[in-house]
Amino acid sequence: MALNTDYEDIPGTYIFNGRRCREGYQLNQFCKSLDREENREAFREDGATYLDRFRLTPEQRRAVETRDWLGMLHLGGNIYYTFKLAIFDGLSMQQVGGMMSQMTVDDFKQMMMEGGRSPSGNVSKKENINDG
Amino acid sequence: MAKIVAGVGTSHVPAIGAASDHAKDRNEYFKPLFDGYDPAREWISKVNPDVVILVYNDHACAFSVEVVNTFVLGVAEKYEPADEGYGPRPVPHIEGHADFASHINECLIFDEFDIAIANEMAVDHGGTVPLTVMYDRPESWPCKVIPLCVNVIKYPQPTGLRCYKLGKALRKAVESYPEDLRVAVFGTGGMSHQLQGERAGFVNQEFDLMFLDNLQDNPEALTKIDHNEYLRDAGSEGIELIMWLIMRGAMENPKEVYRHYHVPVSNTAGGLICFEDEAA
Repeated sequence: MALNTDYEDIPGTYIFNGRRCREGYQLNQFCKSLDREENREAFREDGATYLDRFRLTPEQRRAVETRDWLGMLHLGGNIYYTFKLAIFDGLSMQQVGGMMSQMTVDDFKQMMMEGGRSPSGNVSKKENINDG
Repeated sequence: MAKIVAGVGTSHVPAIGAASDHAKDRNEYFKPLFDGYDPAREWISKVNPDVVILVYNDHACAFSVEVVNTFVLGVAEKYEPADEGYGPRPVPHIEGHADFASHINECLIFDEFDIAIANEMAVDHGGTVPLTVMYDRPESWPCKVIPLCVNVIKYPQPTGLRCYKLGKALRKAVESYPEDLRVAVFGTGGMSHQLQGERAGFVNQEFDLMFLDNLQDNPEALTKIDHNEYLRDAGSEGIELIMWLIMRGAMENPKEVYRHYHVPVSNTAGGLICFEDEAA
C-alpha cells in the first residue's frame, strides 16, 4: 500500500514518523532520562559528561547545548521528549512555544488568550504559496 | 454483571493538574475552566461508578521510544503518579482492578484486539488530570481505575475507526464480567492543540465544536477523519481526540448530559463532555 504523507504539507509541523523516530532516538532517550532525579542531578553537575552517555550526532549535541528547541525537532526530537529538557531548565510550554514560533512569551500568551493560532493561513504550505 | 453506565470525554492538559495541585484553580486565569467542571463533578458523584476505564496516552513517562505499543492495558493492583520532571503530582495513588482488567485483556485478544498489558506502570498527567477534572482533590480516588494507554505520539497513531471498534469490543468485555460493577469510560486528550514547531499554539474551535456536535449521534462520521485531517485541522497533538472515540464506541445509547468548552488552557483548547448510557 502506498503511504500517504500529505502531513508534510502542514506548515511549521514535524510529524514524528518512523524516519524522525529513528533519527531522534538517542536525542529523545537523553531527554527522557531527565525524568529521574538522579539523572537530573548528574546532568546539572556535569552536562558534557552526562551527554557523553548518549550517542548524539554533533548537530543534535549542539542543539541540546544551545537549547535550540526548533532545531531539536528538525533533528528527530519529539516535543514530549524535548520538553523534559525544558522542564529541567524551568521553562513552561508557553515559553517554549514562543521560542519555536519566534514570538515573545507575552505575545504567545496573548495569542492564546485570543483563541490561539488561527487555522487561517496555517493549514497548507501549498495553499500559502498559491495565495501568496 | 458489570455494565457501562457513563462516558466522559475530557482534555488532560498538565496545567489543569498543576492549577489544582497549587490551589490556583479559581484564580482569574483558571476560574472559567474550573467553574465549568463543577456541574460535571456533581453529576459524576451521583453516577458514582465503581470502576473507571481511563483511556489516555502516556507522554514519554511510563514508556519511551525504546518500545512503542499501540494499545496497553494496565492490569496492576495499584499505580503511582509519574515523575514528569517536577517530581510526581501530589495526588492519591490509583487503585486498579487487576482481575477485571485481566478479564478485559483476555476478551479483547479473543475478539481480535491484540492489546499489550502492563503489570507495572506509573501514570502521568494523561491519567491523573482527568481524575482531577472529575473528582477534584479527594483523599483517595472514589473509584477503581483500569488504565488503557494509546500511542498518539509516534505516527501513525491507530485510526479513529480502530479506536471506535476497540470501544465496542471493550463494551462486550465489560458486559461479560460477572461482578456487579457500574463502569464509566473516560476518553481523554485534546481538544485541538499543537505544542510543537512554528505552528505551536494552533487551536481550531470550529473543528472542536464539530467533534462535540457529532459525538453522540454521528460517531461514524468522526471515524472517517483520517490522520492528515487530524494533524492538519486539530493540530499535531489534537489527534489525541481519537481516544474519545474509544469511549464513544463503548457507549450503546449515549445521552449527552453536559458539556464545557474553554480556550485557552495553556496551549490547548479544553473540552469536556458527559454521557449517560440509556442502555444501562
